[in-house]
Amino acid sequence: MSGPHAAAVSISGVSKTFEQGSTVALDGIDIEFQPGEFISLIGPSGCGKSTLLRIIGDLIQPTEGTVLIGGKTPRQARLDRDYGMVFQEATLFDWRTVSKNVALPLELTGWTRQRRAERVEELLELVELTGFEGHRPWQLSGGMQQRVAIARALSFEPLLLLMDEPFGALDEMTRDRLNIELLRIWEAAGSTVVFVTHSISEAVFLSSRIVVMSARPGRITRVVDVGLPRPRGIETREEPLFFELATEVRELLRESHGAREAV
Amino acid sequence: MKALRQWLPAVVVLLAVLVGWQLAIAVFDIQRFLLPRPTDIGSTFWSERSALWSAGWYTFTEAVQGFLIGSSTAIFFALLLARFKPLGTAMMPYFIAANAVPIIAFAPIANSWFGINKGSKVAVAAVLCFFPVLVNTLRGLTSVRPSQLELMRSYAAGNIEVFRRLRIPTSLPYVFSALKIASVLAMIGAIVGEYFGGTQEQLGIQIKNAAALFQFEYAWAAIVVACVLGTTFYLAVGLVERLTMRWHPSARTAQL
Repeated sequence: MSGPHAAAVSISGVSKTFEQGSTVALDGIDIEFQPGEFISLIGPSGCGKSTLLRIIGDLIQPTEGTVLIGGKTPRQARLDRDYGMVFQEATLFDWRTVSKNVALPLELTGWTRQRRAERVEELLELVELTGFEGHRPWQLSGGMQQRVAIARALSFEPLLLLMDEPFGALDEMTRDRLNIELLRIWEAAGSTVVFVTHSISEAVFLSSRIVVMSARPGRITRVVDVGLPRPRGIETREEPLFFELATEVRELLRESHGAREAV
Repeated sequence: MKALRQWLPAVVVLLAVLVGWQLAIAVFDIQRFLLPRPTDIGSTFWSERSALWSAGWYTFTEAVQGFLIGSSTAIFFALLLARFKPLGTAMMPYFIAANAVPIIAFAPIANSWFGINKGSKVAVAAVLCFFPVLVNTLRGLTSVRPSQLELMRSYAAGNIEVFRRLRIPTSLPYVFSALKIASVLAMIGAIVGEYFGGTQEQLGIQIKNAAALFQFEYAWAAIVVACVLGTTFYLAVGLVERLTMRWHPSARTAQL
């Protein structure tokens, strides 16, 4: 099924109505993400961005429409472990060490101990946590926990990384630093990233394209191309284009939701 | 040295209570059937030690057997109810209703069901352990965070994997606090079960008979034996807990 030129993610006519109170979370979403793109989904609470992410990951079923991941159904992609997922909370298991948390998905697929150990070492090096193998999650700071979660999500070298506000609970300085790290990891791993966020500056800094969404019902307002050159670093946030794009996104959010909900 | 300093206040309190007790009996002329002197209890505790400890041990093994049977059955049922939700919905009201039954009231009937010797005491202890362990284990197994379940689902993990790698480890703190309660209940169940009929080698029978025969020092010494064994049981479960859950955030602060 998977053609050579299949989009990384192809979403057509996806709607989602939740039964309780018949809330329309998503209404007629059509969009394609190309391999290697960094896509941010931004919008106010209730715009269905997390729901869309979960539909892509086959954690929720759409009411209507179809999603294809590299030409496969989301279910098949999930069973084939084609994507890695990172949540707002690090979702680490307290009873496992850092190494064993990263190794969890590999254990579930039956990798040998030897192969797991090698892969975990590479991954911890990638997220710069070498030396913390034997620590427990609760011994780490919030930012470090989230880096463990990212390492875990990358364990299969997935073509697609789904991230649900992974840095939303962190302070701004940690968040900025992790943004730079995430870009480095993304460039090294070469996967497609779908990144849900509330933060305009985070979205502009990271993305190839920003999908701006509106709430009730959840729809795509506009897709903004981010032409900032790569590699991006601290100075990127001081470029005039960065401010222009941030302003554009802010105005798009304000237009569709009124000043109260604009970030 | 550090351990000594930690235990010292408790030891001081114990000594103060014993001295106060002894003095109060002398000052207020308290009758010995109401409250024997600690020194008399102590000397009985020493002179009758072999009879006391062998009875204590007998009752202790009843409690431990009841604990093991009751708790393991409860954990088995909790796993079953957590795995098959409709079964849980169907069974839970009856478990809760059964929990409200004063189990001790069944002790005399248990004698005719399971025999006057060990069987009936083990049964009472097991039933007393069952409900707290069942309810707590079930709560532990179902207190998994939604994002943790989504994570496991994103790895296409099956039900057995979810139980083994997520639900069971999550439930452990709940299970152990229930087991600690159960260890105390098992001791109570065994002794109270014995009050409703048993044999001379049982601690509960010895307490009952000694009190009837005005051997109050002996009754009190037997109660001390029950306390020591019950506390040891509780601490042993606590030790297993600490060894099993070294990973738990609470391991940072040592606690009983």
